[in-house]
Amino acid sequence: MITKRIIPCLDVRDGRVVKGVNFEGLSDVSSPVELGRYYSECGADELVFYDITASAEGRRLFSDILTEVARTIFIPLTVGGGINTLDDFDRVLKCGADKVSVNSGAIRNPELIYEAAKRYGDQCVVLSVDVKRVDGKFTVFAKGGRENTGMNALEWIRHGVESGAGEIVLNSIDTDGVKRGFDIEMLRAVTDIVSVPVIASGGAGCIEDFIKLFRELPLVDAGLAASIFHFGEVKISELKARLAEVGIPTRI
Amino acid sequence: MIAIVDYGVGNLFSLSSSFAMIGAEAVATSDPGVIRSAEKIILPGVGAFSDAAEKLRLSGLGEVVCEEAGRGKPILGICLGMQLLFDKSFEYGEHAGLGLISGAVRPISDVIPKGLKIPHIGWNSLNFRGEHSELFKYISEGDFVYFVHSYYAADCEEAVIATAEYGAPLTAAVEKGNVYGCQFHPEKSGRVGLNILRAFSEI
Repeated sequence: MITKRIIPCLDVRDGRVVKGVNFEGLSDVSSPVELGRYYSECGADELVFYDITASAEGRRLFSDILTEVARTIFIPLTVGGGINTLDDFDRVLKCGADKVSVNSGAIRNPELIYEAAKRYGDQCVVLSVDVKRVDGKFTVFAKGGRENTGMNALEWIRHGVESGAGEIVLNSIDTDGVKRGFDIEMLRAVTDIVSVPVIASGGAGCIEDFIKLFRELPLVDAGLAASIFHFGEVKISELKARLAEVGIPTRI
Repeated sequence: MIAIVDYGVGNLFSLSSSFAMIGAEAVATSDPGVIRSAEKIILPGVGAFSDAAEKLRLSGLGEVVCEEAGRGKPILGICLGMQLLFDKSFEYGEHAGLGLISGAVRPISDVIPKGLKIPHIGWNSLNFRGEHSELFKYISEGDFVYFVHSYYAADCEEAVIATAEYGAPLTAAVEKGNVYGCQFHPEKSGRVGLNILRAFSEI
């Protein structure tokens, strides 16, 4: 029986882990290598690293950090942030990433998904989408949630999967940082239209939010969160023990 | 020393790091001499079967692996590397493998119920088959390992040492004499995976 995955996400800028509420007001949390090792040991099923660095210097620093993380942690690693070309795929895969997550880069150049899937396989390409309701419609936002693209989110996701994306990370801007639970309505709309794994992101505040997620949406494969794990509000070991207790398949 | 065969398919960084972690000497190499002088061989692989089989053939490294297997050297194929150990694969046509274990690689859609997602991706538990394998001496039945695959090894009942349940029992690991294979990624399966690699390094 395949298990539901619990995935901590680490936003990295200039070599340090940060996390914002609604993508603003970033605050330094910890070292990526230390935090990665901690999560790996307490039962995280996968790690996601987003590089939110703007400079070339910061990017080099990120590559070094990623290599160090990959050398010490033996669970799947997904890397995103600043992935605009096949060369970017190549760079992070060589540093030890297993999957690469594309977002704004794929919006600018939709061919990127197809080209990357062809070269590295569908399983390597994760399409990450930041979605917000605008006039009641699920709308894609780019550049870390700052820019309204006007694109219909469900159409974009369907197109991404047809082009070869092997997984979808759906981040609801409406629930992100609010800690009142995942965006069940938005997630259901997505699981209804795709057959690849869907990873829920944005809104988790407590253990019960994960239970509700997997109970109400059996087609969701994983739950992703950042600050609640970083600040210890939810401990992954306790979360997984509780999931197992209520009969949700979990790797303990 | 363990030789990790580098034939231009996939990323060997995690495998090299895994052996470094457990303190076993391993080198990624495309040098037939190094592979022949190694005590054990790892055959990795990700991507398409036909492409990998072609690269093994053109580089001559497939032949080296087969010869060394014939001499009784322990070989461990991982993921696509495991599938390459079999006679053939039906991934996009029909393609010959190394033929070290009899069986064929077929789409998992042949055996799993409709509605289950493909690829089979994520953590799944191991159900042991037959006698307890040396490969599993440091792990227990029910331990979780990480899978990513759309094809599985079929028609190889006698060689199967573990399966994973995904609507059907899918071949998770095989053993035939000194030739071993894991469909899952031990280098991505946390402590359990490292313990499988440690067991292999001690065979």
